[in-house]
Amino acid sequence: MAATTIAVPQPEMPLSHELRGRVGMWCLIVAESAIFSIFVVAYLYYAGKSISGPTPREVLHVPYFNSICLFSSSFTIVMAEHAIARGKTRLFGIWWLLTIVLGAIFILGTAREWYGLIYRDGLTISSSLFGTTFYSLVGLHAFHVLVGLTGLSIILAFTALGYVKQEHAERIGVFAMYWHFVDAIWVVVLSVVYFITR
Amino acid sequence: MWDAEPISKPLAVPPVRDAVQPLFDRVHGWITTVDHKRLGILYIVYALFFLVIGGIEASIMRLQLIRPHNDFVSPQVFNRMFTMHGTTMIFFVAMPVMFGFINYAIPLMIGARDMAFPRLNAWGFWMTAFGGIILYFSFLGGSGLYGAGSTPDVGWFAYAPLTSPSFSVGHSTDYWIIGLLISGFGSIATAINILTTIFCLRCPGMTLGKMPLFAWMNMVTAGLVVLALGPLTAAQLMLLIDRYLGGHFFDTQAGGSAIIWMHFFWVFGHPEVYVLVMPAFAFVSEIIPVFSRKAIFGYPIMVGATISIGFISMSVWAHHMFTVGMTSYGNAFFVASTMAIAVPTGIKIFNWLGTMWGGKLIFKTPMLFCVAFLFQFLIAGLTGVMLSVAPFNWQLGGSYFVVAHFHYVIVGGILFALFGAFYYWFPKMSGRMYNEKLGKLHFWVFLIGFHLTFDFMHIPGILGMPRRIYTYEPGRGWDTWNLIITIGVLFQAVGILIFVYNLVSSYFKGKLAGDDPWDAWTLEWSTSSPPPDYNFATIPVVRSRRPLWDLKHPEDPDWKYE
Repeated sequence: MAATTIAVPQPEMPLSHELRGRVGMWCLIVAESAIFSIFVVAYLYYAGKSISGPTPREVLHVPYFNSICLFSSSFTIVMAEHAIARGKTRLFGIWWLLTIVLGAIFILGTAREWYGLIYRDGLTISSSLFGTTFYSLVGLHAFHVLVGLTGLSIILAFTALGYVKQEHAERIGVFAMYWHFVDAIWVVVLSVVYFITR
Repeated sequence: MWDAEPISKPLAVPPVRDAVQPLFDRVHGWITTVDHKRLGILYIVYALFFLVIGGIEASIMRLQLIRPHNDFVSPQVFNRMFTMHGTTMIFFVAMPVMFGFINYAIPLMIGARDMAFPRLNAWGFWMTAFGGIILYFSFLGGSGLYGAGSTPDVGWFAYAPLTSPSFSVGHSTDYWIIGLLISGFGSIATAINILTTIFCLRCPGMTLGKMPLFAWMNMVTAGLVVLALGPLTAAQLMLLIDRYLGGHFFDTQAGGSAIIWMHFFWVFGHPEVYVLVMPAFAFVSEIIPVFSRKAIFGYPIMVGATISIGFISMSVWAHHMFTVGMTSYGNAFFVASTMAIAVPTGIKIFNWLGTMWGGKLIFKTPMLFCVAFLFQFLIAGLTGVMLSVAPFNWQLGGSYFVVAHFHYVIVGGILFALFGAFYYWFPKMSGRMYNEKLGKLHFWVFLIGFHLTFDFMHIPGILGMPRRIYTYEPGRGWDTWNLIITIGVLFQAVGILIFVYNLVSSYFKGKLAGDDPWDAWTLEWSTSSPPPDYNFATIPVVRSRRPLWDLKHPEDPDWKYE
């Protein structure tokens, strides 16, 4: 069958294959946000409904230092992305390591906070409704930080072994999106848990 | 980069037939496959298996209710049957079968060689599969087969506080939670994959406005899965925390709330209805034009209606909770939003009718199922609007009227469209035609069975018969209706048997279908049947919504008019 000889309009190109990692990560972020939103709604709905103590105001302290560390890690990971995009592997490794350190400080800070809450204030996940909602929301976020740290560490190991090159900049960028998401969710969790309902 | 010529040659080279492989290699090939077509078929076969199991559970319930004071099964077994029937049919039949068709057809329709993330695709399937296996392991786990002690019995929406450790002793509810949690992860992964495929892998020329409606509607389906499965996952995590870590989310003794579980469940549960019905719309939107020999009527309006249904479906969930008691503002909002969703749905029905209007109708089996879909989905929508009126809902909520309504949606609407899709794409998937006579017989037998069961199910509902009762007193005017309903189940079972027999026998003995048995217009019909692993030898370039029409009618191509 012969093709038509009439002047045909040039086909428009749809989105490129190259973007599929980013599009997929955006979809994952939307799905994760849906999960978080339910935990946030539960936290807000149950705020002040706990029958037994302690109350948030008595035991919670705003984790300024932790939060600054986590938020700065978004900056360091952007610097790492810039470094790998220009092929500077060593610089990339340094910024990447710094990101991991900042994330680890955040997790250790959370661990310290929980240790105090459990052993000093007697607040556990089963002791009161506040405990249930607090540990599950903050814990869900901490779990995401841990997943992020695991991924970051794997990439660091590959970097140390010399496998990470300039051509992986796009994939590094996709992973960095996840880390930015973990940071952005902390803005929500921090405001809800430590400012709005305290 | 792309061959920018319009389609001018067959898009597949003849497949190289391998020598028949040993059984082990073939099984290994299916288990380790990342090919979207094979995974699609795995999803579909898996769902058909569970369709039979869910159907058997429904039949057991109907046999128990065939007459008053029947003692075919105990109340405990009855509870397990309706729980497992609902859970199975929604999560392990309807969703996998839809994902199966989407997986199979989307890359072919948009001119791609596979999904965006083939390995994630396989992961999604196996998560769904393991979810179903864990749920059904509950029959064997705990106190064993005959005691069936661990099988979930809390209803498919598992309302609190029934699920609390004090009321649901043992592991039955945990099987329900973990089975659905795992398959939920798989569903989210698959939905992400579908969205990315549609966004990034369309062939040159296929802009969003030239995409088949199938792709549009399933894009909204996948979007709804991404948005709605999360709340279910979150709610189930909370329930696990309550059950295993002593949490108090749904524990009213400690300030928690049972109502909030309902909200969380239905925030997922109602969009889920549209997750299931949207692919059905997609099937109908492909089948009706081909068998009316006309392009779809009102393509842009269809796209708009699809998207608005997607949005509105996120804001109607509490119409499942009118009987719980909400504020008058809450009631008014959910009444209005529920009624509003009927508008874009109605637009679609009129567009399908507009497609048929003046067309040259060909009543092959797929078309018959789609026509029945139109009638039955209309009735289902009308009872839906009735139930959306809060005072009416207070009267009939939780009665068999509701059961009849949503089975009209799911069986009369979704399942009928699905049967149409089976017959429509069977030649492409297997390379062979089904038996048309058996197909028509399946249609009529199943149609009679469906109407016997679900038309008459409305009446005991209006007469006050509540859902989930395992038996009832004679002399309430329910007896005859229940007998008729159960007789209908027999017809439906026979219909399903004919269907499965037709599929199996045609797979081995049907006559060869050829590439394009329906003279259809979307890209999957341009490649061989079954398609080769790589789908298309050259990536197609399209200029209109009906690329194969352009190919077959170069003198009068569609792109001149779009």
